[in-house]
Amino acid sequence: MKNFLPLLAVLCIAVVSCNTEPNWQDIEKQLQEQLILVEDGGTVKIPAGHYKFTGSLSLEGKKNITIKGAGMQETILNFKGQTDGAEGLTISDCENVVIEGFSVQDTKGDGIKSRKVNGIVFRDVTTEWTDGPKTTNGAYGFYPVMCENVLLEKCVANGASDAGIYVGQSKHIIVRNCTAKYNVAGIEIENCLYADVYENDAFKNTGGVLVFDMPGLSQSGGYVNVYNNKIYNNNLRNFAPEGNIVGTVPPGTGVMIVATSHVAIYENDIEDNRTMGAGIVSYASSGKTWDDTTFNPYSKAVYIHDNNFDRGFGLADMSNDLGKLVSVYFGFNVPDIIYDGTIDPDVLDANGNVLEEKRICIRNNGNATFANVDFPNQFQNIDEDITKYDCSHPAIEKANPQLTKLN
Amino acid sequence: MALALGCGQQQETETTAEITVTGGNKSNLGFEKLSEYGLFTGVLAELNPADGVIPYDLNTPLFTDYAHKKRFVKVPEGEQVKYTVNDALEFPVGTILIKNFYYPNDFGKPEQGERIMETRLLIHKEHGWEALPYIWNDEQTDATLEIAGGTKKVSWVHYDGNMKTLDYSIPNKNQCKGCHVRGAEMTPIGPKARNLNGKYTYTDGEMNQLLKWQELGILSGLPDLANVDKMPVWDDAHADLYKRGRAYLDVNCAHCHRSDGPGNTSGLFLTYEEADNAKLGYFKAPVAAGRGSGGLMHDLVPGKPDSSILYYRMNSTDPGIMMPELGRKTNHDEGLMLMQAWIAALAEKQ
Repeated sequence: MKNFLPLLAVLCIAVVSCNTEPNWQDIEKQLQEQLILVEDGGTVKIPAGHYKFTGSLSLEGKKNITIKGAGMQETILNFKGQTDGAEGLTISDCENVVIEGFSVQDTKGDGIKSRKVNGIVFRDVTTEWTDGPKTTNGAYGFYPVMCENVLLEKCVANGASDAGIYVGQSKHIIVRNCTAKYNVAGIEIENCLYADVYENDAFKNTGGVLVFDMPGLSQSGGYVNVYNNKIYNNNLRNFAPEGNIVGTVPPGTGVMIVATSHVAIYENDIEDNRTMGAGIVSYASSGKTWDDTTFNPYSKAVYIHDNNFDRGFGLADMSNDLGKLVSVYFGFNVPDIIYDGTIDPDVLDANGNVLEEKRICIRNNGNATFANVDFPNQFQNIDEDITKYDCSHPAIEKANPQLTKLN
Repeated sequence: MALALGCGQQQETETTAEITVTGGNKSNLGFEKLSEYGLFTGVLAELNPADGVIPYDLNTPLFTDYAHKKRFVKVPEGEQVKYTVNDALEFPVGTILIKNFYYPNDFGKPEQGERIMETRLLIHKEHGWEALPYIWNDEQTDATLEIAGGTKKVSWVHYDGNMKTLDYSIPNKNQCKGCHVRGAEMTPIGPKARNLNGKYTYTDGEMNQLLKWQELGILSGLPDLANVDKMPVWDDAHADLYKRGRAYLDVNCAHCHRSDGPGNTSGLFLTYEEADNAKLGYFKAPVAAGRGSGGLMHDLVPGKPDSSILYYRMNSTDPGIMMPELGRKTNHDEGLMLMQAWIAALAEKQ
């Protein structure tokens, strides 16, 4: 027995001394040069290692490019010392790009932004802020905007002060098998046409999955499927910088649909989101005004079906007005599905009822509870009758992004 | 007894990582050295234009960390630039636009010499414009093509007599297109008719630049000068305040913040011609500003610069907040004063 003690001591020391700083290297100039020089059809390989950067990296105007690290745990690109540019990596005006196998950490602004790219795959990539969720973190982890044919799979987004995975003003998008945690919005689809969000884990965010339409942008969105996701325990305080629209999302939100039409939420596990499992609201409920005359602020043709809602027991989060309202009216029995009660006057039939194809439909969600909180009339006629919404919509066309370069 | 417990994390190599890439070498982009172009005669650092190289200036220039600029254009012999009303003039293939960035050692004493930091070339090749950044050596004898850009420390005595030091950033080749782009095509920004429409003191006397170019035979289609728009000089106290502010925003922001520019995702459009106040940002909610919004609700609040996100972002040097996003590291104090006055005066203009 005596002989084991010194051995044990050595073992302990050996284990403790393993936690030393990684060997940070500087490959900034090399890597940026290669991103400028790589020819169409080429691959830029970044070996395993820890790398520090002071400025944004960019890929621009190229076709059929792969940027590949050794894996999201192996190739680490850290921007904590960033003095130039806001993003970690920007990709613009490209076609058929694959971004794969590395982590982008601690950027001053967004992690990875792709703008005006036709055909982009993000796979096995992490964007994260290593100091935890903070208002000073960048807004988006993944930020494809004005893109077509987008696939994000097996990615991780952690710590964004707006949305971890954000897709904006784009068409034909799939977000699947991703993890979004400790962001304000886990996954956000904004002003996008044809997006499928499935088999993702969104947890420990302020809001799990958001589907938004905003005024004044290049396109309005719709035709979004959100299915087979695990959206749970999204009760994180809202740490978005003030003034951002995502700052209006109450902690405890599972899924929220704002001003978007043709949305289907189905076969998800929506659990332990304290303020609402699913919320359907119009843009007016945010309190913001708009000047865009082409903008329609209402959510229509929304179909919520076959989900497992399980809120658990407890009060709604009270840091936000909606949470306070919900607590006043419902106490501990916060409804799983909340509708703000706004109705688009342009989609009513002769009898003043919403046209069938524009209705909000809620069906087959087990024992999920519901409330129309009557926002237009200052919450005077709160109505918990879910049967009024027992209808269905035909399946929404799948997003079907065309991606020719998948490896 | 050897310990089987190895420290896995210590296995990283000490050598510099080799990024491997298929394809890609520095071929055919441009000359290695600035001197090889033959754009200047005599001592390179004196920037004496060679034959066919014409100096020019802009009424309202882009702010670049107080760097001074010497601009030149070389139009191929026998060719002409075509006049356009609103955007950059149409330069023929083969044109070279040259922009030298330098710091006088003492802003108040030109006789104390200067240090040239970089020369940016915009070359109109057959396939489109190509941007090439050249970084000057400390000896000031030549500049070398550095497609990945770089950083150089520089010091100078500022207007107020105080010493300033800066880690000056030279952009990389991709970043050039970050601003110099319309749609997907590279384009010059500065030489627009309204910004060239002003006097320059040439070696043979003072003359309006557009008239001079016409006289030299390199500009075609110039209408009567009275019908050519003229952008004010941004810090000309006698010029119209509203137009001065619009000029400043156009030159510093509108290359991105226009409907076909890289900032169009914001819906905020700041070109000199923009007539729609909603697009100019009046009471407009931010789209993806993140903490760039500074807790404020609107891009532009007439009468209230301190409530305007536009002013907030121009007044920041935090890379996650500041606007422009690239091209400066310091605040333009004088420009900010103009923006304050401009936004304050908008209340009256309504």
